[in-house]
Amino acid sequence: MEFNNSPTVDQVGIEERIARFNSRSIKKQSKIQGLKLALNMIDLTTLEGKDTEGKVRQMCYKAMHPADDIPGLPTVAAVCVYPTFVKTAKKALGDSKVKVASVATAFPSGNSTLEIKINDTKLAVNDGADEVDMVISRGEFLSGNYTFVFDEIAAIKEACGKARLKVILETGELSTLDNVRKASDIAILAGADFIKTSTGKIQPAATMPVTLVMLQAINDHYHKTGKMIGMKPAGGISSAKAALQYLVMLHETLGNKWMNNEWFRFGASSLANDIILQLGKEQKGVYYSKDYISND
Amino acid sequence: MKEATSNEFFTDWKYAPAPESTDHIKLNKQYDLFINGKFVKPTSKKYFDTINPATEQKLAEVAEANEKDVDLAVTSAKNAYDKVWKKMPAKERSKYIFRIARLMQERAREFAVIESMNGGKPIRESRDVDTPLAANHFFYYAGWADKLDYAFPNKKPQSLGVAGQIIPWNFPLLMAAWKIAPALATGNTVVLKPAETTPLTALKLAELIRDSGLPDGVVNIITGFGKTGAAIVNHPKINKVAFTGSTDVGKLIQKSIAGTNKKVTLELGGKAANIIFDDAPIDQAVEGIINGIFFNQGHVCCAGSRLFIQENVADIVIGKLKQRLETLIVGDPLDKNTDIGAINSKEQLTKINDFIKIGIDEGAEMYQSSCSIPSKGFFCKPTLFLHTSQSHRIVQEEIFGPVLAIQTFRTVEEVIEKANNIPYGLSAGVWTDKGSKIFNLTSKLRAGVVWANTYNKFDPASPFGGYKESGFGREGGLHGLMPYLSF
Repeated sequence: MEFNNSPTVDQVGIEERIARFNSRSIKKQSKIQGLKLALNMIDLTTLEGKDTEGKVRQMCYKAMHPADDIPGLPTVAAVCVYPTFVKTAKKALGDSKVKVASVATAFPSGNSTLEIKINDTKLAVNDGADEVDMVISRGEFLSGNYTFVFDEIAAIKEACGKARLKVILETGELSTLDNVRKASDIAILAGADFIKTSTGKIQPAATMPVTLVMLQAINDHYHKTGKMIGMKPAGGISSAKAALQYLVMLHETLGNKWMNNEWFRFGASSLANDIILQLGKEQKGVYYSKDYISND
Repeated sequence: MKEATSNEFFTDWKYAPAPESTDHIKLNKQYDLFINGKFVKPTSKKYFDTINPATEQKLAEVAEANEKDVDLAVTSAKNAYDKVWKKMPAKERSKYIFRIARLMQERAREFAVIESMNGGKPIRESRDVDTPLAANHFFYYAGWADKLDYAFPNKKPQSLGVAGQIIPWNFPLLMAAWKIAPALATGNTVVLKPAETTPLTALKLAELIRDSGLPDGVVNIITGFGKTGAAIVNHPKINKVAFTGSTDVGKLIQKSIAGTNKKVTLELGGKAANIIFDDAPIDQAVEGIINGIFFNQGHVCCAGSRLFIQENVADIVIGKLKQRLETLIVGDPLDKNTDIGAINSKEQLTKINDFIKIGIDEGAEMYQSSCSIPSKGFFCKPTLFLHTSQSHRIVQEEIFGPVLAIQTFRTVEEVIEKANNIPYGLSAGVWTDKGSKIFNLTSKLRAGVVWANTYNKFDPASPFGGYKESGFGREGGLHGLMPYLSF
């Protein structure tokens, strides 16, 4: 298979490139524009054992109305929940443009049979999920059983039907950037619409180096086939500044075509509030207390 | 698949201008010669303008030293050597060098901004590379000053006397540090001449040295053109000549000191091969190519100006290079987001443009970034030449600008032969995932520095210098002490 020819990755070179992205100075209009864009790219997420329908409904409202006291803010891109809360979220979001994403396939470990994973996926899709966030079988990947990983993603893609499939590589468990590149290539070739870094349950979650390697895999695929694949770093991105640094990386690696929530997402929960704080400061001229921003 | 939809707050993300402030910069209208610890008027009574190459505006007037001024400077250096510096215990000498390093760190921002104003290089580089590296050079050699007997055991290292040092315009402050720091650490005194287009940071360094309390005459900094440089080289009281610049001038220097007792080191031109194998980390190699040729607008003697790509990955690498070229920001050197600043002088821009014309006439295929360049000032678009061959002048001669000549190769033997088939031998780059390949090439490439899976990395502890017409003698590291000592 083609993913046996994944290019090698040099960690030192990747880190130097990241340092260059982070030395970009994003000020004034480009900052405001970037922050609004980042807000519009967020998958507002709650993935806890103690989630309730009430919490999901509150989050959905926040997704549609991030901060009504600041005019001109976009909504977030989607909410991300467990399959059992898809119905609740769908109903709460009504006919807004905010999408419902559901994790599936025995999230977060992925340790289950294919049958159960397919049923898990179908449960979410039948309840109305627009997007499915699956996890790959890291154990099989690390043992070198790449075709198993490929086949499993292809099967889940089929079960998704019209829903877009995001494939979580759980890069925190893949140990090398070479592995991240290989897993990205497998997921893309197996039919992923998006590739995603992490579940958020394993540390480290999203980092700029792994995200850059994944963006380069997407770039190579695009230049080979003309087909665009989306990217979602998830977990660990909590500051507006970090979000802007990711956007710089996206801008200089894939370009303007990817600079929208159709092709790029942030999986995050606390990021939205920091962006709201920064945008509020730009409009009001002063930082105000975080107590003015709802924690939903 | 559906095409991306644009929305109302987002169409095309551009970085807003982020200019570095120049409010804190104080430049005199006129700069004199720094001789014997004081700024003195030139006996020539002549001054010349120094400009900002990004705006073509005059920054200051600078004195032109004639033979008489050079004599004053060399005599003051000789007196300082005989009466003070030679006799001073090495540990005391080192304290002065440390002090210069500390002061340079404290005033790093000022030096970085002036370097960009006078030389045209992007503030990102003058701030993150030139200035910190210059300070580090003083720190590094300060440490050696009282350890020379351990560096060269049983060899009884002795200082030489007065070193005449002539530096180029591409790294004005950094080259001054490369020259002055080892000379002082080994107990020599200095007469230094910066290039005529970029004298300001060297003159600011003169102010810093005066403020540091270094004994008068130990470092003298005088400005002028080639004639001034020749007067330094030919002065009978000069014991050591250190030159960084073009190979042509290097040859003249070599001729003029023939038959004298003067020691000499020359760091001259280059036309480095940057070699990409098919098993290289391709995306990082592309960064290395970009950094190799476009760092400091290509005004780098060790620039990776000849690119060799293994044939089976050539299309991929060239495609990625073209894509990356589009994201390079060319413009105001003082903008923090600028990747490629201004060409150092009108003369250099003319030379680069002449070479671009030669490349086209030779039948190579030119590719340039679609970026726009400012209408005022000296700017050049980053340029690639595809389908070049070994006999093209753009492959054989040093262009010293943002112009990359690309060739392909099939076998290791072929690329080694092509890489070495050039009068220069300063540096080279090798990109491969395979360690054994790296060691094979580093032993066969006739180049003073070979970088593996990186490019343009400098460190005070690492010696730097050339083979063949790229010069001789090493600067940096333990090796950098030797040209300033007799044993």
